[in-house]
Amino acid sequence: MSFANTLRCRECGRHYPLEPMYVCEFCFGPLEVMYDYEGLRKHLSRRRIETGPLTIWRYRDLLPVDGEPVDIGAGFTPLLPAPRLGKALGLKRLYIKNDCVNPTWSFKDRVVSVAATKAREFSFRTLACASTGNLANSVAAHAARAGLEALVFIPADLEQGKIVGSAIYGPTLVAVQGSYDDVNRLCSELAERYPWAFVNINIRPYYAEGSKTLGYEVCEQLGWRIPDHCIVPVASGSLFTKIYKGMKELAWLGLVEWRRPRMSAAQALGCSPVVEAWERRSYDIRPQRPNTIAKSLAIGNPADGYYALRVINETGGYGVAVTDEEIIEGIKLLAETEGIFSETAGGVVVASLKRLATQGLISREETVVAFITGAGLKTQEAVVEALAAPVLIEPTIASFEEAMAQRQKALSTSRR
Amino acid sequence: MAKQRVKFTFPPHLVQEPIIWRLGKNFNVVTNIRRADVTEDRGWVILELEGDLEEIEKGVRWVEEQGVRVDPVPGDILEG
Repeated sequence: MSFANTLRCRECGRHYPLEPMYVCEFCFGPLEVMYDYEGLRKHLSRRRIETGPLTIWRYRDLLPVDGEPVDIGAGFTPLLPAPRLGKALGLKRLYIKNDCVNPTWSFKDRVVSVAATKAREFSFRTLACASTGNLANSVAAHAARAGLEALVFIPADLEQGKIVGSAIYGPTLVAVQGSYDDVNRLCSELAERYPWAFVNINIRPYYAEGSKTLGYEVCEQLGWRIPDHCIVPVASGSLFTKIYKGMKELAWLGLVEWRRPRMSAAQALGCSPVVEAWERRSYDIRPQRPNTIAKSLAIGNPADGYYALRVINETGGYGVAVTDEEIIEGIKLLAETEGIFSETAGGVVVASLKRLATQGLISREETVVAFITGAGLKTQEAVVEALAAPVLIEPTIASFEEAMAQRQKALSTSRR
Repeated sequence: MAKQRVKFTFPPHLVQEPIIWRLGKNFNVVTNIRRADVTEDRGWVILELEGDLEEIEKGVRWVEEQGVRVDPVPGDILEG
């Protein structure tokens, strides 16, 4: 039995039963899952978690599900010390939370695994989403595993290469002709009309809880300790707020000692409504039209933007918005120093980290965790032109040695 | 009869205009405000619109033509 007991409105505080609903009937505020923390405190221990599976489901007691998990192996991804990147940035205790290695190569597997489990529990037969990439991949894969129909809405102008990672799992792909706004509006209307589990609409309160597992894992992997500073990519703002919620819950339950982590939000300058509001010292998010290579963060009207701002301010974190050039440099820097090829969102995080370190806003001694949420093979087009071409040689030793000598000369000239 | 939950975001020059009143008067749509935050230079209102679907869509189009941003209540759901 789950310890989740109600849905609560984040605005007016009204409670609702655990049903597939996402807004308060009274004020249309967003709903959030609440738990019996007293019961959890008696039931849960570090040992119980440590003996669980090496997936997000080791934290099952902290997730709002009753049924058998729809599990393709999401979570418990590596938390890697990053000494070479740390040295480049002047940070002694830098870690990378590498969520590139999830089953569909992004953190979305965490949220969709919970959403798919809940959809099956609620007896839905169709799992749906609107996505240009990571979310679509994960919904299609989890629906396949769960034996649910998958319905994935995409903009009609989405590149063919982006479709393969979803199409392979056999979903119904619906290409919508129109702007991003048109897709948003159509899908929210369809979600009202049809009996589907639309993961980030009517299942959203449950779906979002999956992101807490990133916070749990980081604390557990640090030896049951909360880090000093988290740098997190922000799109809707949900991931950002849930990582913080996860860390707070562990402290409420006595599983870690409470110390407030600074939560810093990383966005691309071409779509940075949260950072823009933070810089104005306002809680008023002004929706933007996205124009950035960081497509996975391109949410111009973020559902949880206001709550993300509250977390930044409550924790003394920062908002950072970086250019597309900085993003590409960030992807390369992470790959060249730590051997991790991230998608553009990871470039946003590394570039933001670099900015904060350069400005002296992170101290050298802080334990810093950079959340890298998706793998780079999905967004190769972003970096392909920024990479060195192969050295072309004849099949002879002489040709090889001549080419190497020339390369060495070119490198030493460029370093001067 | 259909219902739609929407968020209107007003630019500064429209904050003092009675857009919602006109929406109800010019179209056969019942407007039911649930939450709002309006200051002298900006504002948003979350409301429910009730009426024939066609009439709601015509009304929403008119609101957008006035320069008001109209979003679904869940925010942007098209994710990367």
